[in-house]
Amino acid sequence: MQGQFWIIQTLNSVAFGGLLFLLSSGFSLIFGLMRIPNLAHGAFFMLGAYLGYSLLIRGMNFWVAAVVGGLAVGLLGVLIERFIIYPNGRILRAIGRFLDAAIFRPLHVISFDAFWRGLISRFRGLVGNEQGQVLLTLGISFIVADLCLLIWTGDPMTLPAPEALRRPLFVAGYAFPTYRLVVLGIALVAAVGLYLLMERTRLGAMIRAGVDDREMARGCGIPVSRLFTTVFLLGATLAGIGGVLGGPILNAYPGLDTDMLPLALIVVILGGAGSLLGAFVGSFVVGFLYNFGIALVPDLAYFVLFLPMVLVLVFLPQGLFGRVQL
Amino acid sequence: MKRASIISLAIAAAALVAVPWIIGGDFYINMASQVLIYALFALSINLMLGYGGMVSLGHAAYLGVAGYTCILLVTAGYNQLTAAVIAVLFSTAFAGVFGVLSLRAPGLGFIMITLAIGQIVWGIAYRANDLTGGDNGMSFPARPMPFGFDIRDAKSFYYFTLIVFAIAFFFLWRFSRSPFGASLVGTKDQPRRMRMLGHNVWLIQLLTFVLAGFWGSVASILYVYYNLFLSPHALALQQSAEILLMAILGGATSLTGPIVGAAIITLIKNVISTYVERWNTLLGAIFVIAIIFMPYGLVPGCKQLWGWLQNRRKNRTLQHDAPSEPTA
Repeated sequence: MQGQFWIIQTLNSVAFGGLLFLLSSGFSLIFGLMRIPNLAHGAFFMLGAYLGYSLLIRGMNFWVAAVVGGLAVGLLGVLIERFIIYPNGRILRAIGRFLDAAIFRPLHVISFDAFWRGLISRFRGLVGNEQGQVLLTLGISFIVADLCLLIWTGDPMTLPAPEALRRPLFVAGYAFPTYRLVVLGIALVAAVGLYLLMERTRLGAMIRAGVDDREMARGCGIPVSRLFTTVFLLGATLAGIGGVLGGPILNAYPGLDTDMLPLALIVVILGGAGSLLGAFVGSFVVGFLYNFGIALVPDLAYFVLFLPMVLVLVFLPQGLFGRVQL
Repeated sequence: MKRASIISLAIAAAALVAVPWIIGGDFYINMASQVLIYALFALSINLMLGYGGMVSLGHAAYLGVAGYTCILLVTAGYNQLTAAVIAVLFSTAFAGVFGVLSLRAPGLGFIMITLAIGQIVWGIAYRANDLTGGDNGMSFPARPMPFGFDIRDAKSFYYFTLIVFAIAFFFLWRFSRSPFGASLVGTKDQPRRMRMLGHNVWLIQLLTFVLAGFWGSVASILYVYYNLFLSPHALALQQSAEILLMAILGGATSLTGPIVGAAIITLIKNVISTYVERWNTLLGAIFVIAIIFMPYGLVPGCKQLWGWLQNRRKNRTLQHDAPSEPTA
């Protein structure tokens, strides 16, 4: 029985670590490149879980639901990035002209175009004010979380795991929960995929250049602002997929966002911002500490997380593998 | 101090003293006390935000540390004064540790660390069932009787809060004009130059953090006295964000801004909550709108507008006097 306890808890920890990796790798890349801690990341994760639930109860295949849910969250992320955090003047002006011509000019109400231009310049005034942008992401996370509460109500919802993976795997007399093993496998595949993307492709090289020195990269002709959108899409999609995959383990409930966000922050503080390896190591460290903390000393589970964070902050303020200053 | 500001201060003080007579009904007087408590929170966070340029998302942690300490001590049988003093001291010491850790990272890392620590405090309050009662929260036995005065009813509690608030306000006003306050603004605007001039930037920021923690803890004790109850919901991220929003919305660079912000947010929250449950959406929306349209807050924004109007009027009279001179 004792052995079974450790196996279950270890598997829970690594599966949770895998979910954390899906969440925090994107967070870390966004922070590394854009220098903005995207505080809406926890809300993206929760939205993914809820979307996954709605897709699953409509009979969609689990893996398809994970991809669709992830992409939907990714799309939302891109919209937020393109329209609110780093507003793209060209697209917005085109929208303004279209609305003006289609609705407002025929009605002769107001000069919508002038209003819209003023609005855009207001939004663009925020570029460079990184503190403001962080607080924007916080505001967005509240809105997303509250809309989730409005749509899916306050009851916790359990996402059904895929039929084939519900039964535990028996090896040498011990039961291994299959689904958690699969989640771990997916996280590892995602880690390898992200590693290859970052180290072996042109896009990855551009992102790395942007993380190391944004201005220099821009000077070399790398379209940094398009990279922002790409990385935001990637990060938000990963968070959304993580939410769907995490649904059967964690359930979807109001407050999931604020439960997960600090964990992602601690992962990045531990591992170092902008580093994939840091996010990977940090995720599993936090996954183990959090899970065993809850299992062994439930009262102090959060305090257990606090200690490694303190140690890292005191001795290695850049994190274990940090590429950029926190 | 200019005469105009003395007069406006006197008017504001008279108005605050007269509040219970102007607005009848315990409900509104209680709301006024609530505004004062939140104003104190907002003023304390504004020490960091407005003067020091440090954005903290963990301010509700003091509510947890000071609040639970006070409740636990009083429940354990200590007298009220001892409990309050120990709670504030303990929470201020915690602010020292909190500050040392958060200041390891300048800029945006600071936001992340404060948020993480704030959530850890929340998590401990939520999980540590034996100590804090977990999700059910803890109730506070009774309000104290400072110097034998009974502050159980709404009106006298309002005055109690007002006195504490006035002391805090006087202190913060003095602070904003002190050499230390000036050097703090210096670390915000020109940290490198301040370092070159021989100031210890880190120490200045840490002291500010601790000071903000101290006033945050005082406000927390008032919060516990007011609600006679504390649960982990009061230390959630929303609470920290609300306090921060009050300072930003009102105007972080001014002393009156956070008070105005606290009044507006508290009133909106109380009014809206009676009609709809969508307070968090509104909170998020106010956040987004305030940051995009009023990055400097309402009070400086209104001052700017006032100045602009006056300039325009002046220009207009000038135009009348010398119509040949072009005004651009």
